[in-house]
Amino acid sequence: MEYFPNILFALLLIAGIGYFARNVKKLARNIKLGKEADVSDNSSQRWKNMAMIALGQSKMVVRPIAGLLHIIVYVGFVIINIEVLEIILDGLLGTHRLFAFLGPVYNVLIGSFEILAFLVVVAVIIFWIRRNVIRLQRFLKPEMKGWPKKDGNLILYIELVLMFLFLTMNAADYQLQLKGAAHYASEAGIMGSFPISGFIAPLFENLSISSLILVERTAWWLHIVGILLFLNYLYYSKHLHILLAFPNTYYGNLKPKGQFKNLQSVTNEVKLMMDPEADPFAAPDEDAPEPEKFGASDVADLSWVQLLNAYTCTECGRCTSECPANQTGKKLSPRKIMMDTRDRLEAVGKNIDANKGSFVDDGKQLLDDYITREELWACTSCNACVEACPVSIDPLSIIMDMRQYLVMEQSAAPTDLNNMMGNIENNGAPWPFNQMDRLNWANES
Amino acid sequence: MAELFAKGEQPEVLFWVGCAGSFDDRAKKITKAFIRLLNKAEVSFAVLGTEESCTGDPAKRAGNEFLFQMQAVTNIEVMNAYEVKKVVTACPHCFNTIKNEYPGLGGNYEVLHHTQFLKQLFESGKLGLQGGTFKGKRITYHDPCYLGRANAVYEAPRELIKKLDAELVEMKNCRKKGLCCGAGGAQMFKEPENGDKDVNIERTEQAMETKPDIIAAACPFCNTMMTDGVKNKEKEASVAVMDIAELIAQAEEL
Repeated sequence: MEYFPNILFALLLIAGIGYFARNVKKLARNIKLGKEADVSDNSSQRWKNMAMIALGQSKMVVRPIAGLLHIIVYVGFVIINIEVLEIILDGLLGTHRLFAFLGPVYNVLIGSFEILAFLVVVAVIIFWIRRNVIRLQRFLKPEMKGWPKKDGNLILYIELVLMFLFLTMNAADYQLQLKGAAHYASEAGIMGSFPISGFIAPLFENLSISSLILVERTAWWLHIVGILLFLNYLYYSKHLHILLAFPNTYYGNLKPKGQFKNLQSVTNEVKLMMDPEADPFAAPDEDAPEPEKFGASDVADLSWVQLLNAYTCTECGRCTSECPANQTGKKLSPRKIMMDTRDRLEAVGKNIDANKGSFVDDGKQLLDDYITREELWACTSCNACVEACPVSIDPLSIIMDMRQYLVMEQSAAPTDLNNMMGNIENNGAPWPFNQMDRLNWANES
Repeated sequence: MAELFAKGEQPEVLFWVGCAGSFDDRAKKITKAFIRLLNKAEVSFAVLGTEESCTGDPAKRAGNEFLFQMQAVTNIEVMNAYEVKKVVTACPHCFNTIKNEYPGLGGNYEVLHHTQFLKQLFESGKLGLQGGTFKGKRITYHDPCYLGRANAVYEAPRELIKKLDAELVEMKNCRKKGLCCGAGGAQMFKEPENGDKDVNIERTEQAMETKPDIIAAACPFCNTMMTDGVKNKEKEASVAVMDIAELIAQAEEL
């Protein structure tokens, strides 16, 4: 029975990481439902972007308050993970503060973890206040009703609880070390430094050693179990961005934002039309593959990078708050475009799971069942959403792909736009002016 | 262009006038102001005239990739036939499309927006501003999306405004955060969706907060939207909407 805790811990660890790995596999499968995209170019610039934007948070600080608070939570999360490594090793080996041999370095480490944990608590509380008391407008848009709002708060509660457990664990440990409890205290003196939990420790002063051990062990176990649960919560939450922000910024667009991709399938058609050698009466080749669908009406028509974008979105709403259409009360919200794409992709993934690996038509699609035409036609293609995104998501490309489907597959453009396009076809300008009058301005005074 | 080419001459630069610059009464004034500057600087240039056709930008942004590529391929054939090397245009939409989307279809040119070209003319001494028609005037500059965010051209137009000895005042949303005028993405050619207000009114209100004498634009469509916005606010008597080429031409007393 001596090794019971070690074995239990190992089992928990395997279960926690195993279940997460299973979901990551599902995530990768869903993303691969998207069409191919060539992102093999310019890898040095891509690494640089990842380092600057994801690792360096360069676009978060465009909004200084949210940016600074986010950096605290982000740095806290990354650094405190060093402590999680020690906790995992302690759990497996049955040791206590395995890294304490680092001596003064260890004290500095534990001390800085504590200070970071405290700062994270402060930042998380301010984040909660922004969402629930100040009620910042971008957190209250229609697409945030229900689960997205709950999800946002839940993440903050979990982080808060984890930090409190971490500090409680340290406080009890500190008391135990002061009281010279076996297994806890070291002859070398106090292991670690406790600048924050030192203030909590006096609360435990009158507890017996056995009660202290109970408090310390409870906090220790809840903390690590909490971390494993949080890890598995990611897949079901917008919080996936903590992982996906890295690949997403790597695969982000490197071209000028105004450059929209030219559809190769259309180029082939146009070349055929312009080719004087082409036989206008040629019967289509019997074995010819079905012509490629133009544009996107469902998630499988989008590229895998766009689908990765959808999973990466953490619903911060910076895109929507910069969107001119949204600012003037139109239905379009770039954040909703990303959330809808993700929700549809999840539905398709569940459909595949339920039908033994193949998708069975569910009578739904991204267009109309998730994203309405009114939203798509409200976009001015101004790129404000793309510029605003702190993790290089491109909602505009999805809007444009869906417009292509509406116009080229369904001929379903608004009447005004059909008139405009008719004019371009007939007289080479969006207005009904004669092409031969193009130079008239030169002779007008 | 055809005439020069027939004579065996090659202009230094092709001025791509664009549909607005050719047909829209307001934008035609921008075209002429820019031409006066080109002539003053003795730039050798030509226009395609009746051989120019829509770049296809509004068709592409509306989702009609087919029509866009038909327009693009046709225009590229014309420009390649005339061995065009360098293109300048006063329309950020034409600029963006020819610069970024034509190369993939066989059209490779050096493409400049007219504010970039004018800046070069100043730098090479071909244009020099004297006198200060706009001295002390408050001018606010509206970043066109397809020049600013789309192609990261923020400074050329501002440097030109500074040459006017005027006071350049920035709106609360400028440069990377510039707010759209509401015309892009083919919105120019349709009614807006239902909402609380039109985008151009929102942007005009931001411009008005700077208490400007002049709203400077660098795009014929932004010009239209901002002009409509100013009229909506009944401020057309005190606030003018002018293209940067017009400002320079007027300051040069052309």
